[in-house]
Amino acid sequence: METKFRESIVKAVHNPNLTGALGRFSEAYRTSRLKAYEGYDFEALRTQIAERKSYAASHLDELADLFTKNVEARGTKVFRTNDPAKVREYILNLARENGVKSVVKSKSMASEEIHLNKHLELAGIDVGETDLGEWIIQLAGQTPSHMVMPAIHMTKEEVATVFSEQVEDGQNPDIPKLVKFARGKMRTKFLDAQMGITGANIAVAETGTLVIVTNEGNARLVTTLPKIHVAIVGLEKLMEKFDDVVPVLTALPKSATAQLMTSYVSMISGPVPNTDGSEKQLHVILMDNRRTEMSQDPKFKQAMQCIRCASCLNVCPVFRLVGGHVFGKIYTGGIGTILTAWFDALKASDDIQSLCIQCGNCVEVCPGKIDIPGLILELRRRLAVEQGQPFAQKAIFSVVNNRKLFHSMLRAAYVMQKPLQKGNFIRHLPFFLSELTEFRSLPAIAEAPLRDTIKKIQQPASKNKERIAFFAGCLIDFAYPEMGESLVKIMNKAGIEVVFPEGQTCCGAPARYSGAYEVAAQNATDNINALLADDVTYVVSACPTCTVALKRDFVSTFESLGQTDSLPRARQLADKVIDFSSLVKKLVDAGRLKFKEGQQLGKITYHDSCHLKRTLHASQEPRELLRRAGYEIAEMYEADMCCGMGGSYSLKLPEISAPILERKLVNIKNSGAPLAVMDCPGCVMQIRGGLDKQNSTIKVEHTVQRLADELE
Amino acid sequence: MDGVFETFKLRAEAVSAEVHRFSHKNEALAFILNHLNNAGVRDAPQDYAVWASCPFLDGLDQQQISTQVPGLIFAVNREVSALAKVGISQLDWAIANTGSLMQDAALVDQRLVSTLPLIHIALVRSDRLVPDLPAALTKIRPEQTNYISFITGPSRTADIERVLTIGVHGPEKLIIIFYDVPGSVN
Repeated sequence: METKFRESIVKAVHNPNLTGALGRFSEAYRTSRLKAYEGYDFEALRTQIAERKSYAASHLDELADLFTKNVEARGTKVFRTNDPAKVREYILNLARENGVKSVVKSKSMASEEIHLNKHLELAGIDVGETDLGEWIIQLAGQTPSHMVMPAIHMTKEEVATVFSEQVEDGQNPDIPKLVKFARGKMRTKFLDAQMGITGANIAVAETGTLVIVTNEGNARLVTTLPKIHVAIVGLEKLMEKFDDVVPVLTALPKSATAQLMTSYVSMISGPVPNTDGSEKQLHVILMDNRRTEMSQDPKFKQAMQCIRCASCLNVCPVFRLVGGHVFGKIYTGGIGTILTAWFDALKASDDIQSLCIQCGNCVEVCPGKIDIPGLILELRRRLAVEQGQPFAQKAIFSVVNNRKLFHSMLRAAYVMQKPLQKGNFIRHLPFFLSELTEFRSLPAIAEAPLRDTIKKIQQPASKNKERIAFFAGCLIDFAYPEMGESLVKIMNKAGIEVVFPEGQTCCGAPARYSGAYEVAAQNATDNINALLADDVTYVVSACPTCTVALKRDFVSTFESLGQTDSLPRARQLADKVIDFSSLVKKLVDAGRLKFKEGQQLGKITYHDSCHLKRTLHASQEPRELLRRAGYEIAEMYEADMCCGMGGSYSLKLPEISAPILERKLVNIKNSGAPLAVMDCPGCVMQIRGGLDKQNSTIKVEHTVQRLADELE
Repeated sequence: MDGVFETFKLRAEAVSAEVHRFSHKNEALAFILNHLNNAGVRDAPQDYAVWASCPFLDGLDQQQISTQVPGLIFAVNREVSALAKVGISQLDWAIANTGSLMQDAALVDQRLVSTLPLIHIALVRSDRLVPDLPAALTKIRPEQTNYISFITGPSRTADIERVLTIGVHGPEKLIIIFYDVPGSVN
């Protein structure tokens, strides 16, 4: 990771204007978005969008031809190119031929992607961004901090200063007055400009229609007052049918700004008369810039389904801390990382892809149904292939990949940690490791790992000989064996014997999430061999990340690497894998487990772990079990927001992990519960460690521990 | 009809538009003229009112109306629109569930009077109300016109500190006036 990049992160998280504005927005957005979608079937809507956009991505060439034919028939000129330089050249020539001295633009990310303003300005042409936020950052000489709200990082005082210094002295930090001032200054520009440049939100092939939405009304002026209108349209904006605009126009305003409809929508299908009676010159530039290539990539094709609403930014626990500037580019946030990798260069995404903590929030809200974290992982994998992994990382994975060495090192660590250990925690680490324990204590490595202690448990012989295999995962095995012991106790109560296949090793998630797919594949193979050796009804794990690895990632890793031979057994395993709470829920429902009657165990709060809620879709199961055990659940604010752990993420980016955790701790404290319960040992490590650092009396436990003693 | 109208009114008002309904065209006209006078429209730059040609004006004596409000101009062009305080136009359809208006806006006058002045008065026939966007898109098709406009509330921005501010580039006030047409199915 580049030092400059790390510095930009530190700068961003310590900028209270930025984190304050983005934080408040993300909190408000969650509620207002839901309200905007009231009465709509979001799943059905996004399925329709994804299907229509995916169709378009599969027929790009055909739709581009049809669009061209239809708009040309009405007198519009179309220029189609893959080369950003040719786009700039076309517009510059057009400007020269028509004596254009001044251009007004409504927001167009495609134009920003190719740095059009700079080129026009170098040629002596005045370019005015007319979207208020875009104008502010243009004057300030900055890049957008958010795709929809480009100047969200600036206070009114800063805006007033920029206006005073760049436009006219004496502007006060009064928002309505600043807006009025902008209106007045911009009005002159609108009336004087000879050329208007816009983007388009949709380009309909069957009718040759451009759909442009704005709230400020600037696109209406840009397409009405100047005699030349140039629309720069990325090929991903193409859709087949006019009726395809319905789902997009239904979702876009709701997902972008929680509005039912954007203030102004213009549908332009050909030249219209100018104010002097002449006919407008209308030019559409169909810009490829690797979009065709993207649409042909089996993994990244789905990124073409993006409608640029930026909801993935709005729900991202990382984005609300760092904002758009750390991305250093035009496209920001989750989808921005992917677009940058394609429209700029894969290498340009090297640092920014590491920002994704893989919590999956964006997957739930994306109206284009894009698996953004999945695509970011794929970027990581390709970067690792292209550039190799960093040396230290490689060394670690070579150890992880050697199960015996890995396990003996963990045992050795138990001895070495002694001088640093206080109870069950390590609160300080020396030297360069110190930042790992700066914001949270780490768990001490257990004296005896679960793989040893489990052998000593006397399990009653199962009546019906039912056996399940337990996949512990590294944290339960080596740091929290008591969680595994509780699980055995519960299963025994249901008359099930738990086996612990000795050959099991790291689930491979750390390697996979770092792009080291070969390592992950080796872990997968070792685990599949170990876990399929015994005849068991289920393979259970009490770590959602491990569960997802076993259930989903093994298959996906093999697929990515083309190791098709390994797929049948990976799928065989996947079918047997279940998370702890879902299994217990099944056993309770089947009457095989019974809670003690009439218990009142007091108040707890429950934290949803990312993988459990959003990948395994189990959020009610643990809550119901805890309630039936006798607990009263005091829901915390943003219960399903990531705790900042993200596996090795918290080690790689403690600058971000720490403030995310801080928010979680505040929400836990505000719930008023003396106990926080969760289903993931990783979350336990992060949250328990954070509370320990703050000397809090709030206890943190895994659901398995809370249930073990409450069953008959 | 009334349920749909109520939905429209609710949605449009939720995005800061004003909504009125008159059972006679003459009442609507009286309301508009009164409003123009109250808004300070006069025969002076910055204070004109511009009224784009529309079916509502059919059969009305424009010259006579102009005498009632000095500064009310029917010969719309770019220059007077830029100097007008109020713009009046007729929109073809209203969409209930988003509180939106829809118009064939290929003629530039229709856009000049609804973008440049501070106040936009939008006339709509009461029988031109559809429940939603899919229904609206069956009424005006891109095959028929090169410019379709949708207007939902006044111009707005939240670009500074996310504070909603009305009236950035377009009108800061949108007044929607429905008028009933005798003989039409309401």
